[in-house]
Amino acid sequence: MNIRYQQIQGRSLGFYALIATLGVIILAALGGVYYMEHNGHHVTGMSNRIVWGMPHVFALFLIVAASGALNVASISSVFNKKMYKPLSRLSGLVALALLAGGLMVLVLDLGRPDRLIVAMTEYNFKSIFAWNIILYNGFFAVVIVYLWMMFERRMNKFSSKAGLVAFTWRLILTTGTGSIFGFLVARQAYDAVIMAPMFIIMSFAFGLAFFVLVLMASYKWTDRILGDMIVSRLSNLLGIFVAAVMYFVAVYHLGNLYLSENAGVENFMLFDGGVYTQLFWYGQIILGGLIPMALIYHPATKGNRSMLGLASVLIIIGGIVQLYIIIIGGQAYPMEMFPGKEILEGYGNVAPYTPSLPEILLGVGGIAVAIIAIAFAVKLLPFLPECLADRQAMNIADIWIEGLKEEFSHDLADTHSKECK
Amino acid sequence: MKELNRRDFIKSTTATTASVVTIASGISLTTFAAEPPKESAPVTNEKRWGMLIDVNKLTESNIEDMVNACQEENGWGNEVHSKADQKPSWIKKVKVKDKATGKIDTLPMMCQHCEQPPCVDVCPTNASMKREDGIVLVDRHLCIGCRYCMMACPYGSRSFVHEDLNNQKTHMPRGKGTVEACTLCVHRVDKGGVPACAEAVDSEGVIFGDLYDANSKINQTLKKIQSTQIRADLNLNTGVRYSGI
Repeated sequence: MNIRYQQIQGRSLGFYALIATLGVIILAALGGVYYMEHNGHHVTGMSNRIVWGMPHVFALFLIVAASGALNVASISSVFNKKMYKPLSRLSGLVALALLAGGLMVLVLDLGRPDRLIVAMTEYNFKSIFAWNIILYNGFFAVVIVYLWMMFERRMNKFSSKAGLVAFTWRLILTTGTGSIFGFLVARQAYDAVIMAPMFIIMSFAFGLAFFVLVLMASYKWTDRILGDMIVSRLSNLLGIFVAAVMYFVAVYHLGNLYLSENAGVENFMLFDGGVYTQLFWYGQIILGGLIPMALIYHPATKGNRSMLGLASVLIIIGGIVQLYIIIIGGQAYPMEMFPGKEILEGYGNVAPYTPSLPEILLGVGGIAVAIIAIAFAVKLLPFLPECLADRQAMNIADIWIEGLKEEFSHDLADTHSKECK
Repeated sequence: MKELNRRDFIKSTTATTASVVTIASGISLTTFAAEPPKESAPVTNEKRWGMLIDVNKLTESNIEDMVNACQEENGWGNEVHSKADQKPSWIKKVKVKDKATGKIDTLPMMCQHCEQPPCVDVCPTNASMKREDGIVLVDRHLCIGCRYCMMACPYGSRSFVHEDLNNQKTHMPRGKGTVEACTLCVHRVDKGGVPACAEAVDSEGVIFGDLYDANSKINQTLKKIQSTQIRADLNLNTGVRYSGI
């Protein structure tokens, strides 16, 4: 069964209001960048101890989420779940947009962003950062080719192969991102190889949360039909990913707790680290983990789209908090330079950090860039299926239609009135 | 012949321009950066510069003298806008107390000039580099200010320039938005001198020299006395060694 894709009209007041709002945020972010680059980083909260601040939190969140957003397409092309196929184009688009936003933030926070060309021409192949530059650029290329094969009818037959390449690439990419921290031998909070797979599973959750929000918003705002069946599938998947992130976080901390050399940093993160401890328990675990899982699985809220939207927003906030703890908390806790000794002077206290307004503006600007890119792209090119009513979704997923019919029989009764034209 | 339509024309010219710009600027940058210093003898790996710091022979004021001499020599520390934790510190006074015995040691800490420097491993653009003679430096032409080296350094000995600078020393150009650290006074060493901090202490407290040279004072002293490397567990084989801690 063919899926019909259609651009959004993008002529409504709401669309222009969205673009205008995002434009203002992006302008504010660029203003912040100009202020920081003109004066130097002394106007930020960053220091020689907290060398990566708020911009890195947002940049890495977006980069991690980008690779995760591609998962929906991968599920369809690599794991052959046909029901996700209509969403593949959007999945590729969201991945590209998030990566563009994240890289913009990362580059604009460099001490010398004007030397980007140096980063593109000088490579130290022992540096995981240099590899990441190649992996990020390659990701753009791979996903653009993948999208082209999905768009171009003549190329459709190669799209699942391209999907496999993109899937492999994104796994390597997130391994690279996690290894930025995993390979830092000197810092107590890092130097854990589990960082790489943990970042991959984080990308699954953050990327899907973002994707779900984009999907539900674009269908709602354009009055297109989005059936419950597909939303419910994505919702289940999201819940599983959030649980998996929490599992990895638990293993990471348990593993660290076992080694007495890491007792200090674990105590700091989990019990007496002030703002970092509070962010961990209230922000990352409760707000970003337990509440979204409750919203997704509790019978009272299950299947409610507003609640799924809320859960997705909380997962995104929890994800940003998690990266804040990893990046800022990991730097704030002093390195164990003299085991067995206490440092009285010169180094050694927990480093203070208060993010400045321009840093936050730059970070939020990255998210705005991602959203505005998606908004323009769905207006210019047919990324979104015209209609994703349940019957349509079931016809596409014809190979496992029987099981689905049973599972969703009661839901379908409500949505039978909603049919594709 | 196929006529060029507008789309093809734009496509091909954009691609050509982009590639020419990318390649040309890359070539010119590397050409300027790679120019060798003219006056000095070639740097070889037959030497390994190092420093032995005997903590018991240094008073606190000795260490402060070392810090001041470094500032004077290399022109850092006059930053006006940076907050205390943003100011560069190429060398600093560190005081540690043994948790069991309460013994207090004060020592100068700077770049340890590792044989296997983590800052060099992580630097994406090769700006962080180790000379053949073991001196670890930042090429300020290649540094993009990503600060990954500062994340990787186990000694917290690198600084980021947080503001515009004035009145720099001609032998030690620095720049806003790049990372810097102790250079072991490479400009002096290449002319046969010793680092300013070593010169500032008129004692046996700091011995600078070639670790490989069996006749050098540092080599002979290290053979006789017990010394240590900070974070020796990381196997970085530092050029800066300490005794008395």
